[in-house]
Amino acid sequence: MATVSAAAAETREAAISVEHLTKRFGDRVAFADVSFTVRAGEVFGFLGPNGAGKTTTVRTLGTLITPTSGSAVVAGLPLCAENAQEIRRRISIMPEVPGLYLRLSVAENLEYFAGLYGLRDSAPRVHAALEAVNLADRARDLAGTLSKGLRQRVGLARALLNDPSVMFLDEPTSGLDPVAAREVHELIDGLRRRGTTVFLTTHRLEEAERLCDRVAILNTTLRTVGRTDELRQRLFRRTLAVTTGAPLPSPGPLFEAIDGVEAWSSDGPGGYTLTVSDPRGVAPAVVRALVSAGADVVSVSETHHSLEDVYLELVGSREGGE
Amino acid sequence: MSTDLGRVVAVARKEFREYRRNRFIVGTMLVLPVVFLVLPVAAVFRLTASTPHAAIDKQVGSTLLTTFIIPVVVPAAIAAYSVVGERDQGTLEPLLTTPVRRQELLLGKALGAIIPSVLMGYLFFAVLAVAVRIGATQHVVDLVWQPSEFLAQALFSPLLAGWSIWVGIGISARSTDVRVAQQLSTLASLPALGVTALFTFQVLSPSVTLAVVLALALAVVDVAAWWAVSATFDRERLITGHSAMPVERP
Repeated sequence: MATVSAAAAETREAAISVEHLTKRFGDRVAFADVSFTVRAGEVFGFLGPNGAGKTTTVRTLGTLITPTSGSAVVAGLPLCAENAQEIRRRISIMPEVPGLYLRLSVAENLEYFAGLYGLRDSAPRVHAALEAVNLADRARDLAGTLSKGLRQRVGLARALLNDPSVMFLDEPTSGLDPVAAREVHELIDGLRRRGTTVFLTTHRLEEAERLCDRVAILNTTLRTVGRTDELRQRLFRRTLAVTTGAPLPSPGPLFEAIDGVEAWSSDGPGGYTLTVSDPRGVAPAVVRALVSAGADVVSVSETHHSLEDVYLELVGSREGGE
Repeated sequence: MSTDLGRVVAVARKEFREYRRNRFIVGTMLVLPVVFLVLPVAAVFRLTASTPHAAIDKQVGSTLLTTFIIPVVVPAAIAAYSVVGERDQGTLEPLLTTPVRRQELLLGKALGAIIPSVLMGYLFFAVLAVAVRIGATQHVVDLVWQPSEFLAQALFSPLLAGWSIWVGIGISARSTDVRVAQQLSTLASLPALGVTALFTFQVLSPSVTLAVVLALALAVVDVAAWWAVSATFDRERLITGHSAMPVERP
């Protein structure tokens, strides 16, 4: 009974809930048997290589594409043709290319979309959206005169117009220079503070690591879902990197005598990697043992695995094997 | 679900704003009418009192027929751009992610094409009628200044434009190239002129009753074309090139 209640609570709090969703185009499988949940208010990263099915997933959840099988709930509504218009009213999608009318001004672009969302008295909404992306002073500029980064910001402003409960951002920093990408990151941070659920597809891993509460890795099928630190712990053994001034004469007996050290290996002269159960707990014991043995300790540090390591472990190696 | 006129107006307003700033569209709207105005009017003015009535009837018939070419050809060119043009400039996907219904989107696009085209057609006919009144022979004046001709202009211009627009949008939604879409749309819209040719060449005796009956028939065809184009306007096919398939149930 408790399990049922917990599941019900999670469903209530879910902004997106996907179960066994599959999309095929003829014989080609875009994505298959994908299941995950995105909690309300979180920034959820959707990672994967080119052609993994990320954009098709976004288009499916955004009601542009009909799934072949499976089910989903988006912004509180089951994904089906009858709910498509209401789902589109509650969400917004910023495609990889912002798609602005280049002959219209920034404000005219936003006014148009405000009209399509059925927003009456759109001027204050347009102004607020432009304020949110720091573009209020460019409202009268033709969209065609803006740089790529600024167009991306206009695209974000447009996605904010309907005050969506779920916002899908498809590769929002694709092709942007580092400064423009950083501005977009700050805007996404701003969305998180506003409590907007953000579904972010990207193949920039540092972006996902920096911005996302949780990530899913897709490569046609879903490879994993979780917090980045959880994924690291799940996939990689915890290790300490030890560097000494000179090679230890007999490292085996020394390391094997320390409680908590499960295995060790040599990385070259004076360099060792210890597999441990608890890096923070074991590190002082390692230092004490080394000092007692007369070694000059240069450094003892926990080995950190990046999201890139996780990604490559899940996508890269399997791609190589496929 | 009913059609939200606010969304229809939003689409039409955007279309007008884009036309104003698009030289190609403005050029299409202006050049064709000027060409069609100068040549037929000049031909009518070459007719003299001694020209046999049969020859005058034929020439006036041709000239009046050209007045209907504008509301057929101009909207066909504009409508052909409506969907493939959005795809071309990358605005189709953002547009389709909004709550706008396909009927609203298409109606807004149609409104954006029909208003300038019909106004252009009316203006052209008005210039022709006034010019004829001032300088043409009496038999030409009698042929042009008939209530049935004015009624035909008033009724058929928007209805023919409507046909061209739905044909144009239908072709545009299935095209990947703007130029091909425009050529096909223009060709596909021309058969509609057959109806008016029956009048202008007096194969059918012009009468108010006949004009109204034909106009009603054209109106029915236009509404049917709107629904047919709406029914085949598939978001998935427009985005991916594949038609939506029914959901498989376990």
